[in-house]
Amino acid sequence: MSAHKGNETVVFSTPVSILETASAVGTKEGEGPLGKLFDRVLEDNMAGEKSWEAAESALVRDNLSALFKKSGVSPDFIFAGDLQNQCCGTTYGVKDLNIPLFGIFGACSTFGEALALGAMTVDSGAARYAAAAASSHFYSAERQFRFPAELGNQRPPTATYTVTGAGAAMLGKGDGPYITSFTAGKITDYGINDANNMGAAMAPAAAACIKAHLEDTGRSAGYYDVIATGDLGRVGTELLLQLLEKDGINIEKNHTDCGMEIFDNKSQDTHAGGSGCACSAAVFSALFYRKLKNSSIKRMLLVPTGALMSTVSVQQGENILGTAFAVSVENEVIKWTI
Amino acid sequence: MNEETYDSMVKKASPDSPLLKDCIRAFAVGGLICMIGQMLTNFAVGYGFDERSAATFTSVVLIAAASLLTGLGLYSKIGKFAGAGSIVPITGFSNSVTSPAVEFKKEGYVLGLGAKIFIIAGPVILYGVLTSIIVGMVYYFAGR
Amino acid sequence: MDYIRAFAVGGLICVIGQILLDKTKLTSARILVLFVVAGCILGGIGVYDRLIDFAGAGAAVPLPGFGNLLARGVKEDIDTMGAMGILTGGLKAGAAGIAAAIVSAFFMAMVFRPKEK
Repeated sequence: MSAHKGNETVVFSTPVSILETASAVGTKEGEGPLGKLFDRVLEDNMAGEKSWEAAESALVRDNLSALFKKSGVSPDFIFAGDLQNQCCGTTYGVKDLNIPLFGIFGACSTFGEALALGAMTVDSGAARYAAAAASSHFYSAERQFRFPAELGNQRPPTATYTVTGAGAAMLGKGDGPYITSFTAGKITDYGINDANNMGAAMAPAAAACIKAHLEDTGRSAGYYDVIATGDLGRVGTELLLQLLEKDGINIEKNHTDCGMEIFDNKSQDTHAGGSGCACSAAVFSALFYRKLKNSSIKRMLLVPTGALMSTVSVQQGENILGTAFAVSVENEVIKWTI
Repeated sequence: MNEETYDSMVKKASPDSPLLKDCIRAFAVGGLICMIGQMLTNFAVGYGFDERSAATFTSVVLIAAASLLTGLGLYSKIGKFAGAGSIVPITGFSNSVTSPAVEFKKEGYVLGLGAKIFIIAGPVILYGVLTSIIVGMVYYFAGR
Repeated sequence: MDYIRAFAVGGLICVIGQILLDKTKLTSARILVLFVVAGCILGGIGVYDRLIDFAGAGAAVPLPGFGNLLARGVKEDIDTMGAMGILTGGLKAGAAGIAAAIVSAFFMAMVFRPKEK
């Protein structure tokens, strides 16, 4: 059963399995260093659809279908979200799957939120199987948050590049790796209002969430083989390490960032790194889940990070808020003491 | 930790844009566009246009060319390289009109293409005309 | 010679824009607005026409040239038709540019689909 531990952490003594994952990405991600690991790489980012939004929905649909096929089960519920207004990327994507949806929004931390909610639902017995998923699309995000793609603009070096893709995990009872705990982040506000520096807006949230997780669980940072943040990018990563250092926590050795894994900045000109809901979802599904499965890593903390804002809030001069979810995924069952 | 401390951490961690490289590129491409403009003007004058018509001819040709390059998806590539070099000339204005028109056609001809065509050009026209009216008032009441 | 002057002056105006872009984080939309307004004011006080005399297209093609056009139009209309010219001059002078931009944009939107970068 799950139990609340510390301030903001939930632990699972009868852990929830991640039975299978599936990932699909766009063309640029396919050309990146992880290209071969994704289940599917689009040949064309429009995916044969009429709009970027429809293309994202097609990604969601096809990736979830692939997940159901790979895992051999159909979930009772789907927990999923994306970056489009009112989560339309997800809702249009799952409409033909005929499975109840809990649409969620945590910006780029959505995958962490989906894993947490899905794990509690499976653990409580409310669902036998639950799918956790997240998606994003570079062009649907650009036209919503920034400018039309054809506008001749330069991106500053702190800007991140929204990942086109989808990642999904099937949760249920079974073999490892297991979700053994999660820590839900609080909303942070450190006065960042530069929409071209999302890493800086999210780094304090990631730092606070990791710190809370370690305190709540009584673990040290070195406990984990890998601590992977979602999409802090180069700038956010540097800030995260500095912030944690101030609290005496050193994660320099085992930290990585999904946004820095997915692209090769030198050859792909992605500036600070990848971002978007799909960043942590696809990289976890393709890279880390595989590493856990073949035991090249045994314990990891996945920390999807989200920059919370809308076009309205940014234009009205509001700060960009940050959030994060830390989800521990381990190959062994943990007997927690509460 | 307070916002000021964090702000200085952020400033330190955030790399600056490569100003010198950006400026050289902006100079080269912006200069080139203006030089092409001069060629067009000279060409028009050679064909007997008066100075005023030649300038209009130049603008219209540059605007049409930039619009076509935008439609072909090439202007954004120039813009990535040249920055302000392709934003500041009149071709950049044309790009800012054509790019939303192409991008938002999917949302319909009236509220998509029709309305979004002005997302950048609208403010430019508004504040340009507003300023011209102020200039006109000053000129009318005080300047003549 | 007029080509070199056009290149140099036009390039320099763009460099000013680039410095603003890199140093102030102004969006390109704001730069466009700023340059048109600046050109209109400089035109109003009669400075910009002198720059055009010197640099030709180097000063006319960048957006301050468009602002200058509006200022010049207003003055001319006031001279010929009085107070009403305050309202009519600006848009009238900018008409060719605006019409060319929106009409060509419309046709491009007819022909092309959004492209990937």
